[in-house]
Amino acid sequence: MTAEALASAAPTAETRRKRLALVASKGTLDQAYPPLILATTAVSLGWEAGIYFTFFGLDILHQERFRKLKLASLANPSGPVQLPNLLGALPGATAAATKMMKKWMKDARMPEVPEFIDMSRELGVRFFACSTTMGVMGVKESDLIDGCDIAGAAAFLDYAAEADVQLFI
Amino acid sequence: MIESNTNLTATETLDCTGLLCPLPVYKAGVVLNRLQPGDVLELVTTDPGALEDVPAMARQRGDLLLSAERAGETQTFRIRKRGTS
Repeated sequence: MTAEALASAAPTAETRRKRLALVASKGTLDQAYPPLILATTAVSLGWEAGIYFTFFGLDILHQERFRKLKLASLANPSGPVQLPNLLGALPGATAAATKMMKKWMKDARMPEVPEFIDMSRELGVRFFACSTTMGVMGVKESDLIDGCDIAGAAAFLDYAAEADVQLFI
Repeated sequence: MIESNTNLTATETLDCTGLLCPLPVYKAGVVLNRLQPGDVLELVTTDPGALEDVPAMARQRGDLLLSAERAGETQTFRIRKRGTS
């Protein structure tokens, strides 16, 4: 079979698209990137992708907080500012670590979290906001960026059950 | 998949030098979505991961990787959008 025939025998967009289902459970700057990178990549491959933002991960959809995600200087032995916990607890240490990581990302020409949200949303990534988290943490629908689906675990599992790749981050 | 067909000229060239994953794949995907079936995208990258990523992208999208060349830190790929023109 020629390469071309193989390509045309591949599943088409008309039949069924692959699907990625992610859970984003952490709200630190470093942990916000992996789900956004994976989902953006998935839709670029022609897949469907959805992210379920739960617990502190919901901050990634919060239109105030998603610009202010931080990198922890405490209990983070891999951070850009490698401090013993005793010093990592000092005022300003988290701010310094966050500033340094933001500089790294900028120097590497990586988009900031809000830009990544826009990129992935434009390509059709679905954002699920965990309704329990909203209730527990007092987050209102108006606090979230536009275009989120407020949903519970059953709705996400229904989506994830039809997915080819499911990851918890 | 790679085919030794180097006669087709690129419809469009996309320079992704200096960009890291997922940006080359993201930007290439945006352009490929816009191109017509059968059009050829020339993609230039420097991310070492692109050597694996670009063939994987073509395979997943059903597009055809016509060529992949490496010169120093630069990789040049030619991808033909799936379907016939």
